[in-house]
Amino acid sequence: MPESLIAALDELEATYEAAKNDPSFVAELAELNKSYVGRPSIITEVPKFAALAGNIRVFLKREDLNHTGSHKINNVIGQALLTKRMGKTRIIAETGAGQHGVASATAAALFGLECVVYMGEVDTERQALNVARMKLLGAEVIPVTTGSRTLKDAINEALRDWVANVDNTHYLLGTVAGPHPFPTMVRDFHSVIGFESREQMLQDYGFLPDVVAACVGGGSNAIGLFHAFLDDEDVKLWGFEAAGEGMNTLKHAATLNKGKVGVLHGAKSYLLQDEDGQTVESHSISAGLDYPGVGPEHSWLKDLDRAQYFGISDDEAMQALKALSQTEGIIPAIETAHALAGVIKHGSELAKGSSILINLSGRGDKDMETVGKYFGFLGSGK
Amino acid sequence: MTVQEILSGLDSRDESALIGYFPAGYPTSADSIEACVAMCESGIDVLELGVPYSDPVMDGLVIQEATEMALANGFKLSGFFETLKAITSRVETPVLVMSYWNPILQYGVQRFAEDLKAAGGAGMITPDLIPDEAADWIRASDELDLERVFLATPSSSDKRLEQVAKVSKGFIYAVSTMGITGAREDLDAKARTVVSGVKATGTKVPVCVGIGISTSDQVLEVNSYADGAIVGSVFIKAYRDGGIDKLRNVVQELKAGN
Repeated sequence: MPESLIAALDELEATYEAAKNDPSFVAELAELNKSYVGRPSIITEVPKFAALAGNIRVFLKREDLNHTGSHKINNVIGQALLTKRMGKTRIIAETGAGQHGVASATAAALFGLECVVYMGEVDTERQALNVARMKLLGAEVIPVTTGSRTLKDAINEALRDWVANVDNTHYLLGTVAGPHPFPTMVRDFHSVIGFESREQMLQDYGFLPDVVAACVGGGSNAIGLFHAFLDDEDVKLWGFEAAGEGMNTLKHAATLNKGKVGVLHGAKSYLLQDEDGQTVESHSISAGLDYPGVGPEHSWLKDLDRAQYFGISDDEAMQALKALSQTEGIIPAIETAHALAGVIKHGSELAKGSSILINLSGRGDKDMETVGKYFGFLGSGK
Repeated sequence: MTVQEILSGLDSRDESALIGYFPAGYPTSADSIEACVAMCESGIDVLELGVPYSDPVMDGLVIQEATEMALANGFKLSGFFETLKAITSRVETPVLVMSYWNPILQYGVQRFAEDLKAAGGAGMITPDLIPDEAADWIRASDELDLERVFLATPSSSDKRLEQVAKVSKGFIYAVSTMGITGAREDLDAKARTVVSGVKATGTKVPVCVGIGISTSDQVLEVNSYADGAIVGSVFIKAYRDGGIDKLRNVVQELKAGN
């Protein structure tokens, strides 16, 4: 990390450490989660979808029902409160799919903060609806035209902005990557997903799932679910990365399966890179998984063999998206569909009667243009 | 001569120092060699040879576009040390390599340091590596007697400035402003504060100011309170717009501030 940002990172760490031990902060966050975000999110069992995956039971943790339509709001509310505590008046954010940008713009409106969102030019096109949402909420959206014009370049631009405006600006990073304290702090704000799930499963069904599963781009929704289950040795952790056009092509975002350890954006983790350490462009049909890095805690869980990470192709994800829509009447985000496809693909490896809890991290409304084109509902497509 | 000897010598004679940045491989390796040699011949005192990188978060648009072009034109680390050697064999000016950390990490810190030394390099500037995380590089540079430049910024605490001063050799890179590389009309008053903060540690290592410097007046002003001015984007712009001749002119113009 550049020296220019060390003071800001130290300030953030100190503010967060104090806040999480401050009962008034904890109470304010809990109240906002309840009365603004709509927590706890429910769990839905989906038997018709489960039938596609063999003789297992499948449960969905419905983060898609949160305010703004994805899990991203959990972290944003927490960091927006910290922004106020630090006396800063402006937030900047990067976004891929636009869900984190929308959540950040939402929190900025709620708390009266100025908000600038950096978004790769490629992503502003494939997620145009979310660009409109952010603008409606009062945020400025800056299309990033450098590099691969996707999420990693949006993070580069946000870091450049932060270096220049660190006095009044908080960088509201949206995933569990980046420099310390972001990976830990963002995980903590999302860990509510797993803690709620664990309690709900025990209370409503009387058992813990055999597997908890989530899609992994940067890895925030997955770590938010996994964290509460780390000590439950009998609960397997499955993460599904974007294999794009295939793991053996150059067009994928399967960082944990195909990457090598390196440093990007202040985090040491698996990374898609060439032999010179140049970051390689990732590819996924889902903007939110289109990132060549991954949160360092996922690298750690992989190396420990505590979690397993599999690749899911664009086509497999799109078929699963359609399957959940048509069997259960729930339209997931394309990102989330990677986890659904993973369960269809690997569910049969489990013993009969096993149960899987999937983090349904986001809803698919934002993806209707991509989906419509893909399935030929809107003009030409497959 | 080492960078530190050059800068200290200029300082003792009350002369200004100009440190110039240019990216290797821009627009091609052969072109960058000629451009760097021309800069040295035209009067820069220390050359800062950049390693193009895919994610240069401390750089503004001019350097980003130049390094992106170098990568698109096939820049590879395997050819980098030949470029470095081609320059050091033609000029007396000491050459520091400027690189983000991941390329060095992948190449191997020790191996990178050895190849840098063998190619006649004086040391390295590491913009996204802080002393706290530099143990491998400090060990390798000590062993090979290479200079290492760390950054001091307007937001660095006194304690951090002391740490930077303690481990830096060659010079200390005082970041003039909270921001990224690129020409600015007004140099931040913060530059003076950073320099005096570093000087207050009692260090003997020269302190040079970079980021935003684009005119001979600014070079002169910076040299009045620091030990050198670091210039990059303006040289790239000159080369981009008017080739080697324009580059020579701009170097001479900035050096003439002396």
